[in-house]
Amino acid sequence: MQIAETVNAEHGKFDHEVNVCVALGCLSQHSDQLKDALTKEAAASGKRCRVRQTGCMGLCAAGPLVLVEPSETLYGGVRAEDAKELIDSLGEQPVERLAVHRENYFERQQHIVLENSGYIDPEKIDEYIGRDGYRALVKVLTEMTPAVVIEQISASGLRGRGGGGYPTGLKWSTVAKSTGAQKYVICNADEGDPGAFMDRSVLESDPQRVIEGMAIAAYAVGATKGYIYVRAEYPLAVSRLTVSLREARRRGFLGTNICGTAFAFDIEIRLGAGAFVCGEETALIASIEGLRGQPRPRPPYPAMSGLFGSPTLINNVETFANVPPILRNGADWYSSIGADKSKGTKVFALTGRIANTGLIEVPMGMTLREIVFDIGGGVPNGGKFKAVQTGGPSGGCIPEEHLDLPVTYDALIGVGSMMGSGGMIVMDDTSCMVNVARFFVEFCMTESCGKCIPCRAGTVQMFQLLTKICDGVATHADLDLLVDLCDVIKNTSLCGLGMTAPNPVLSTLRYFKHEYLEHIEQKHCRAGVCACGSRVMAGEEVTA
Amino acid sequence: MPVYPMPPLPSDDKRWKIVNGTMRRHGYERNALIETLHTVQSSFGCLDDNAIRFVARALHVPLSQAFGVATFYNHFSMKPPGKHTCTICIGTACYIKGADRLLAAAEKLLQIKPGKTTQDGNVSLMTARCVGACGRAPVMLVDEELVGLVEPVRMLEQLESWTSHD
Repeated sequence: MQIAETVNAEHGKFDHEVNVCVALGCLSQHSDQLKDALTKEAAASGKRCRVRQTGCMGLCAAGPLVLVEPSETLYGGVRAEDAKELIDSLGEQPVERLAVHRENYFERQQHIVLENSGYIDPEKIDEYIGRDGYRALVKVLTEMTPAVVIEQISASGLRGRGGGGYPTGLKWSTVAKSTGAQKYVICNADEGDPGAFMDRSVLESDPQRVIEGMAIAAYAVGATKGYIYVRAEYPLAVSRLTVSLREARRRGFLGTNICGTAFAFDIEIRLGAGAFVCGEETALIASIEGLRGQPRPRPPYPAMSGLFGSPTLINNVETFANVPPILRNGADWYSSIGADKSKGTKVFALTGRIANTGLIEVPMGMTLREIVFDIGGGVPNGGKFKAVQTGGPSGGCIPEEHLDLPVTYDALIGVGSMMGSGGMIVMDDTSCMVNVARFFVEFCMTESCGKCIPCRAGTVQMFQLLTKICDGVATHADLDLLVDLCDVIKNTSLCGLGMTAPNPVLSTLRYFKHEYLEHIEQKHCRAGVCACGSRVMAGEEVTA
Repeated sequence: MPVYPMPPLPSDDKRWKIVNGTMRRHGYERNALIETLHTVQSSFGCLDDNAIRFVARALHVPLSQAFGVATFYNHFSMKPPGKHTCTICIGTACYIKGADRLLAAAEKLLQIKPGKTTQDGNVSLMTARCVGACGRAPVMLVDEELVGLVEPVRMLEQLESWTSHD
């Protein structure tokens, strides 16, 4: 690991590092121009400082963000014209007018997946190596057998971060036991849940971590080829991944004879094409094979027969991102973090009616109240908290009475929602829960692949019934029909999309039935969203 | 397995060579269909009948499969885009923050539904199912550029500047 020493020696040449976030959120506020302005000022100042682009620092609400090391001062809302003042302040007093004071936001977090986000240039592999990157891969290839690696992952208690929560070690051992000359590893980066952007952020901020995790997984299960299936909606992530894969090959962490051993593994990127259902593993496999993204019945599970009929391991971006630190620091270290059956940390995307929108990583088992109010800063502009939605279109809305619930896979399922990939959308009294349910059902309706009838036809009927309720023309019979319909769709659909499509309806009915009844009995919408008359939404003429 | 001859390129437009390059990189395997259609769309702006037929023949996939794939995925468009594109994100976070009102205002101004292009071919109005910038909701894409915390007034100004001249 000479590279690490070289990088750190390089690091030592500077008194100050000025990191500028160039992930999507800050980039949309021209942080690239800010970086150029800072670079110019830094050169002119004659100070021993370096300006570099880094990944997401989490607090998108206060962007564009600049982090100064070693003083760890965080600046927000920085413009190009502030560059001179900021560079001049290095080594002096920080610029108070731009400093971000969100101690609560950062102190309560624990970064494992995001440990490098904001500290390294995502396109430079050497910076990743300088922060212990690829140490785990070298250790695994030179000191451990595949069986020991799987044992470590099982002992760590890591569960699938795509939302299902399937034990990762168990999945790996199933693939390892499957017989096949060719095996594949697939990284599911088709982050289809609207309102979630953790995977995008990891891929844009620290792509090497995912590549390393995949290489370790490939060694453990005996695969020689990997695919990263990324959404076409994430062009920045795709371009950074492309660069990172090239860098990893150049450094010998991908290809043949990796780290001087007999292990060979390479990764290709495959672009998604905008279909939510492709997050379902069998649909994703069909899509990589160049077919329509339609799921097929399981079993056989991909672990037995997946891509091109070979045993295939599919894990989410965040699952792979957890692998290197687990092997670097040991399974015991990882399993000491988090809650009983949900170990480690989870990255959440906090959005909606909340003061500190952005990305957070917290130990599992923290309560929703702590996340929403302590870290998220609560509802801004004096609004009143109404619900937090987790799990995307497959999840549910959790009301205030359950805010003291610890966030674990099982506890969320217990209240009719689910962990999902980690989107948390906070709603206040300006949101109508019937309308929110209708929004999610509309999403599932348009995204249904059409293969099985319950989902293809059922979601349309659900949507029409909800539209009737929103328009104030529904009766109690319609509501009963809706409940029956949910039951049928949930129990007879082919894949997860259909099985979970009724969840937003069921969970809003469970906690906010009074809102449904108000729409039906009084033709009244307390949030004033549904006109309870004719409305035009998302391209449909609503006819009462 | 008989060896089929490679079909001739549809025209001597240089862009077909780029498309062919993608297919060659994947060894003309059937599973390169989606990757190739991505290349066609990024080179020509959309997929047309001709292009799909050519790709299907070159990769030896049935026409039904090629058209099936082209029409299944949201990302692929069979119609040429307008000179400018306004994409409004209707992901959950943007929706909670009023993306539906943005969309209604844009529809009213342009007199078109999402997914369509104005008569003069100047503006296409699109919706996206979450571009992953939820921290800045509501967001829109002005051509390729992301704009966060969109105010309806600001969006309408942008659209008017496209429709009034050029």
